[in-house]
Amino acid sequence: MEYLKKYPKLFQWLFLLVVFFALCFAIDVPETYKFIRGQAEFVKDPNQSVYFFLGKEVRYYAFDVFWRLPPLLGWLPIWINDSLFFLMNEWMPMEFWNEDTQEFKTRPILLQISRNLTAFMTFLIELIREILLGGLETIVAFTSWDFIDAYPWLELPGLPWTIVAAGAAILSYKLSGKGLALFAGLTMIYISIFGQWKPSMQTLSFILVAAPLSFIFGLGLGIAAYKSKRVEKALYPILLVMQTMPQYAVLVPALVLFGVGDHAAVIITMVVAVPPMILLTILGLRAIPPEVIEAGRMSGCTNRQLMLKVLIPTARRDILIGVNQVIMVCFSMAVISAFIGAKGLGFNLLLALNQLNIGLALEAGLCISLIAILLDKMSLAWANKQTDYFGNLTFFQRNKNVIFFAASFVIGIILAYVGTFIFKGSFNYLFEIPHNKGISTADFWNKGVDWIFDTFFVYIKAFNTWLIQDVLQPMRALYLRMPAVATLVLAVGAGYLIGGIRSALVVAALTLFIALSPWWDRALVTLYMATFGVVISCLIGFTVGTLCFQNKKSAAFMLGVCDIFQTFPSFVYLIPVMMLFGITDTSVLIAVIVYATIPATRYTIEGLRSVPVGLHEAATMSGVNKFQRLTKIEFPLAFPHMMLGLNQTIVFALFMVIIGAFIGTEDLGQYILKALSDKNGAGIGLTLGICVAFIGLIFDNLIRTWVEKRKKHLGIA
Amino acid sequence: MSETVIKCESVYKIFGENAKKMLEESNGNVDAKTFQEKGCIVGVNNASFEVAKGEMLVVMGLSGSGKSTLLRCISRLTDATGGKIFIEGQDLLELNNKELIELRRSKMGMVFQSFALLPHKTVVENIAFPLQIKGTKTEESINRAMEMVKLVGLDGRENYFPRELSGGQQQRVGIARSLAVEPDIWFLDEPFSALDPLIRKEMQDEFLRLQEKLQKTIMFITHDFDEALKLADRIAIMKDGIIEQLDTPANIVLNPATEYVRKFTEEVPREKVLVIEDVMDASSNDNLGDLKVSKDEIIENVAEKILTQEKIVAVVDSENNIVGSIKPSKIIDTVFGGRKNGS
Repeated sequence: MEYLKKYPKLFQWLFLLVVFFALCFAIDVPETYKFIRGQAEFVKDPNQSVYFFLGKEVRYYAFDVFWRLPPLLGWLPIWINDSLFFLMNEWMPMEFWNEDTQEFKTRPILLQISRNLTAFMTFLIELIREILLGGLETIVAFTSWDFIDAYPWLELPGLPWTIVAAGAAILSYKLSGKGLALFAGLTMIYISIFGQWKPSMQTLSFILVAAPLSFIFGLGLGIAAYKSKRVEKALYPILLVMQTMPQYAVLVPALVLFGVGDHAAVIITMVVAVPPMILLTILGLRAIPPEVIEAGRMSGCTNRQLMLKVLIPTARRDILIGVNQVIMVCFSMAVISAFIGAKGLGFNLLLALNQLNIGLALEAGLCISLIAILLDKMSLAWANKQTDYFGNLTFFQRNKNVIFFAASFVIGIILAYVGTFIFKGSFNYLFEIPHNKGISTADFWNKGVDWIFDTFFVYIKAFNTWLIQDVLQPMRALYLRMPAVATLVLAVGAGYLIGGIRSALVVAALTLFIALSPWWDRALVTLYMATFGVVISCLIGFTVGTLCFQNKKSAAFMLGVCDIFQTFPSFVYLIPVMMLFGITDTSVLIAVIVYATIPATRYTIEGLRSVPVGLHEAATMSGVNKFQRLTKIEFPLAFPHMMLGLNQTIVFALFMVIIGAFIGTEDLGQYILKALSDKNGAGIGLTLGICVAFIGLIFDNLIRTWVEKRKKHLGIA
Repeated sequence: MSETVIKCESVYKIFGENAKKMLEESNGNVDAKTFQEKGCIVGVNNASFEVAKGEMLVVMGLSGSGKSTLLRCISRLTDATGGKIFIEGQDLLELNNKELIELRRSKMGMVFQSFALLPHKTVVENIAFPLQIKGTKTEESINRAMEMVKLVGLDGRENYFPRELSGGQQQRVGIARSLAVEPDIWFLDEPFSALDPLIRKEMQDEFLRLQEKLQKTIMFITHDFDEALKLADRIAIMKDGIIEQLDTPANIVLNPATEYVRKFTEEVPREKVLVIEDVMDASSNDNLGDLKVSKDEIIENVAEKILTQEKIVAVVDSENNIVGSIKPSKIIDTVFGGRKNGS
């Protein structure tokens, strides 16, 4: 009884667990239950039940309500599909002038808007692409095909790779200095001589459109939300869902709205990249001390000047993190959007992975990662650049970068011209190295993989079998054994114990949505994979983080490593694991673990670092040893921040689990991938995406509420 | 009488939703407690005063007394809820946004407690900022900023970033920035409060030196009574949004208007604040000694000389005319006596 009074929370939790397990044991598995295709399939099966909603037929396998809730939301994907179709093809038809046929044509307004938007995006991408690679679409856009036939020399020749490489190096030098210039030059040379030039430039042209657009929109909406509470309130729920929505899921609706190709990819990328940019812009602007704003006002700033010259530069730290996120998302979308026909490295990467050509995949992946790191560093350097007003510079010194670029431009062209004589009859390597004519290490890697397989096959296989049979399968079975009602009780109970009625209601709503969707079983499988990944990631991340924290240098080093790893597009993580474990759940899980360990490690180090120095000294003076200090002072104080790391770890893990569907898993991701090729896929894809997002949001809500309470309790809010 | 630069007529600032309506209903009799019950917080309550050209008015009050709010009303960083404010005869509250910006660009400068420097700009860029906002050419603004850098003694550090400077140095940048556009009116919001005592004293002296040279019209906010005494031409003491007393330092020390003001003056070393004129006997006296002291001399500086005299000492003005007399015993009275009696 005394304990009960002393730790009431503990007993409440115990009680919740008892109820949960009691429900698990009390509710039997129905005899008809098998882990089947998902409860709502649209094939006819005599065992299925049927209900009608809004005139739509929804078929599902009926069970005891306590075991699995009927998919009452089964109509949602169909309804979304029909609505989208209606909006695109029938809603508000209007007369539009058609340039090609020279007559008015009736078209639904949304279709017309989408067509105009895509035309604009296509133009932007093509423009950059043709500057880098040559072509004639841009010229044609302003003139006509007849015109180009008459003057064929107008076709853009494209820049020789030497000029682009020199340009990148000079720009990097101007922005940052020798180090970055060297890195830029080497990256470009690597890309070129490994024959990845064309796809790299295609990807680059896509990024150079998507990233700035995302940045501008994100910044603009962030500023709007900062200025108006109403805008913020309207944006916030969307931002929250988008933060945890897997990128895959946005593909399908975009396919319906914008069609196939690079332009659709740019729009999807913006949809995914803008939300974090908005959030970080708001965060940064909110953190500006009011006196700085007043100082700006007193200097006589107009509202515009105040925003551009005072607020945004002062908030630049957070805005830069936003830029970093935008670039990260752009590159990971550059790969994913290959599914809907975007050209470039992503396409090559997917193709290579599909053919199990690990070597090729590795090279393409390395290219993407290198460009990603380069752009990230360049944007960072650009934001931190400074002007020198006092240097008494000569004309040459002031314009040396322009002069160098002009010189390398001329030299590049001369080289390319000379190349036409040297490489007569074959490819002009000084102009562009074609895709399959570069050096390739693919064979080497493939042989390496073969060798590893041959040598370690027994061990890998044994490990694989053990993991799957003794750990994963039983774990999966346990998750699937949970009756729906028990899961609901557990989730809502946890919500109530952590955040009171409010949290309980939020969690209940989110969980119910998933439970009433046709994919509850799949969601459980997703959850089991994510749980496994998160547990291992946290174990590794917290340990590594704590160990690295013991030494300032190693901590800084580890944060640097996290930075670099975070810049890799998520798909790249699949390459090495497929190399070792082939197409199994193990591969996906290891990729999940590697990917999700990044935030776990980062937040552990940052959390431990944020413990005030004064406390260290106080602790030392109280005579604690290193271990005691860690367990009694640093961990308790850093724990809230580490829990935010856990939150990120969960989101990362969910993302990777969904991407893992590419290798072949049985979770929600698999269905999203399937939806891509389904003509009714838009609704299914979106609903599935929302399900995954909601799984993330349940944990997000619980963890954030807990952290806020705890921080208040510790007085470090 | 020199011309009035800042003039406030019953200025009110009340925070809260229906503040404006409630103020109108109250007919100018604002009671902080009843307002608070209705969810409003009174920042400034019926403030009326004038500041003449070249004068330094120090507003003194503890935190939460509304002194910063008052300053922000006069610089229109917040809009006053009621009352009128005139800057050089212009009705400040009637100005539209464009006119207000123009006024700030040409006439006002402000220094902040936390320095409020722009973290991404160097010292010289920070100082040139108000000029560049105005549209001055880069070269011209940088040259002007360099003059300011020299004025506040930061030469050699013009390319440092604020984060690389000490607090005192950062505030020098803040001061230079506020002076860059050569404003007539200078607002200082607790400029030295965030500095440690030695640096604070140094900055106060530096500030007096600058003011000697520049002769700006100044409103200076502080919570430090000693600082107020040291710098002010006149002091306004605020409590709960109300100006309790507005007078010269000497009068505040000699004749505190309220119990609240008296508490501040209790610990003040009078000999450091008062001048001879404040304590002399203005009626003519024939029995004068040979010693003559100036009426503007601070007591502390001449006390020893006077106390060694046996006769009454003559007080003279700047043209050496005798304007009054002072007994040595009066000095002793002033330094030790007054306080005990609680005058």
